[in-house]
Amino acid sequence: MRKTAERIPLKVEVPGATLPADQKRAVQAALDANRGAAGALLPILHAVQDALGYVPAGTVPVIAHDLNLSRAEVHGMLSFYHYFRTQPSGRHVVYLCRAEACQSMGARDLEAKVKQQLGIDFHETTADGAFTLEPVYCLGNCACAPSVMVDKTLHGRVDAERFAALLVEAQEASK
Amino acid sequence: MSTTVYVSADASALAVGADRVARAIAGYASRHGTDVRIVRNGLRGMFWLEPLVEVATPAGRIAYGPVLEKDVEGLFAAGFLNGGAHERRVGNVEGIGYFAKQERLTFARVGLTDPLSLDDYRAHGGLAGLSRALELGSADIVKIVTDSGLRGRGGAAFPAGIKWNTALGAQSSQKYIVCNADEGDSGTFSDRMLMEGDPFVLIEGMIIAGLAVGATQGYIYLRCEYPHAHKALAAALATAYVNNVLGNDVLGSGKRFDLEVRLGAGAYICGEETSLLDSLEGKRGQVRAKPPLPAICGLFGQPTIINNVITLASVPIILDRGAEYYRDFGMGRSRGTLPLQLAGNIKHGGLVEKAFGLTLRELLYDYGGGSATGRPIRAVQVGGPLGAYLPESQFDTPIDYEAFAAIKEMLGHGGIVAFDDTVDMAQQARFAMEFCAIESCGKCTPCRIGSTRGVEVIDRIIGDHSRATNTTLLRDLCDTMVNGSLCALGGLTPYPVLSALEHFPEDFSKEAPLPLSAVGGG
Repeated sequence: MRKTAERIPLKVEVPGATLPADQKRAVQAALDANRGAAGALLPILHAVQDALGYVPAGTVPVIAHDLNLSRAEVHGMLSFYHYFRTQPSGRHVVYLCRAEACQSMGARDLEAKVKQQLGIDFHETTADGAFTLEPVYCLGNCACAPSVMVDKTLHGRVDAERFAALLVEAQEASK
Repeated sequence: MSTTVYVSADASALAVGADRVARAIAGYASRHGTDVRIVRNGLRGMFWLEPLVEVATPAGRIAYGPVLEKDVEGLFAAGFLNGGAHERRVGNVEGIGYFAKQERLTFARVGLTDPLSLDDYRAHGGLAGLSRALELGSADIVKIVTDSGLRGRGGAAFPAGIKWNTALGAQSSQKYIVCNADEGDSGTFSDRMLMEGDPFVLIEGMIIAGLAVGATQGYIYLRCEYPHAHKALAAALATAYVNNVLGNDVLGSGKRFDLEVRLGAGAYICGEETSLLDSLEGKRGQVRAKPPLPAICGLFGQPTIINNVITLASVPIILDRGAEYYRDFGMGRSRGTLPLQLAGNIKHGGLVEKAFGLTLRELLYDYGGGSATGRPIRAVQVGGPLGAYLPESQFDTPIDYEAFAAIKEMLGHGGIVAFDDTVDMAQQARFAMEFCAIESCGKCTPCRIGSTRGVEVIDRIIGDHSRATNTTLLRDLCDTMVNGSLCALGGLTPYPVLSALEHFPEDFSKEAPLPLSAVGGG
């Protein structure tokens, strides 16, 4: 006689049960503030990144569950938009403009020097965790090129010397 | 009596130290018991004079620029509060040729007023257009906008009135007004300047659009690279709600209009209207096939007007002064004014709002004063990263949508980027393909794959691998992208590439850089 297959109990995982407390708080606050809005996912991801500096992978199932979306849909948003990051950044994010107006004023040269100065390429973080370097395509400061944005502060007419000074200023401001 | 001093709080002014200058002025004044009121205005649009300091005097607003922090003491000593002589003095700001020759309609208040003061806004003609619109019926508003000849300023130049009329005719219980503030084209900053320098005019324009088609909800989709504009809009929206400009009872009319700002997340493609709508809906910003037109089936499947910042901000003055007033500026089928942006390697970069019809050469030399480096201007890219590179022989083209179309170029959003003779046009062509590869939404193959193949083919041309064959291949690839792409990103990326190849072939036939293997001796 055939043996009845042993029933494997269905394991129900509560999304986010193992999330660190700060992440749990941030994602709940983001959901509570935006849940009712039409097209809520974009502002929710912004709110999480504003609070934590990035959108941790563990928050994806929580957001998906709450909005009745698949995890793939939330992950798809994160991978589509350049601004969202799924890994923590350095203490400061340096956005270097690579677009044409800045190129016309020496941005290609500046880019090479900046990478050398920081010792990293785009999307990387310095070994001391101070700076993450990201490319950006236009900061709307095209008549004062080349442009650099450090966190949310814009700087115009930047050359290698000025850039070095900006790094020092940023370090001092965060002390 | 207190003296009013203006120091801009626009992001570009802050980027060159305006905050430090304002603090230095306030500090000096308080130490010396001088009564100074500092107003943080928008940008006048003469970037080479920033940080610009203006003083209200009986003889008008006397300007000093560029003013550095260390100049402040000297300015006080020179009696700048009374318009005293100083080496930085540039005189009455409205008398400066660059500014005086402009025709500022949309930008009438930018740099003049306190951007976040609704009283200032009203005192300078603000809300007159909306008041007029409230007296009219929907169809009348649409007719005025149609008659004005206003065309979309985002790039495609589609007549605004026709779009509005389509949305007006669509039947639905919910319609939307969406402002495309995803100003991603390099060389453009007029949207940003307007949102920071006169945010109420955009709000007013959107309310009028709402009245015109029966929409009660608006969204401003703003790129996240503009944190200062975000702050300005948030503050202006709050003030507009408190003062019943927005909300359930627009200016006491009993009509409703709600408005919200949504931040993008660094995707150039979201400047394309259908991918912007998908992004607003909380999805990946992928381009939709048209039809259906957004005016019939747009945001959340409802009739939606989606217009650029400058288009919507031009509506209040059209309603206020009438369609004819606006239409009388311009040439041919390009009516009204266009806020042009002089950028890149240019001595006098800035914003020039002029009626259509002046030539590129006038802009580059009469306004721009030639290149910033003092070298000859070799190439100019008009209309952002998808615009063609123009050689000097085409500098006499008038600023007009049709004249530009005739030379296979587009005005786009009015950004003009100048390059001097050190530019390597083969590298610029390569960058156009590289940018397309980075920013492609991935929906259609010619754009997604074609751009990556384009970079490779251009690398082979630069590296002198079968140059003739690869040049033929590049032209063939461009043809596929132009004709086979779903939207303008893939469809127009070949423009800068082909124009570089056409007008600057010498840059593609230079001696190839030595390959690494030859240098390494391995």
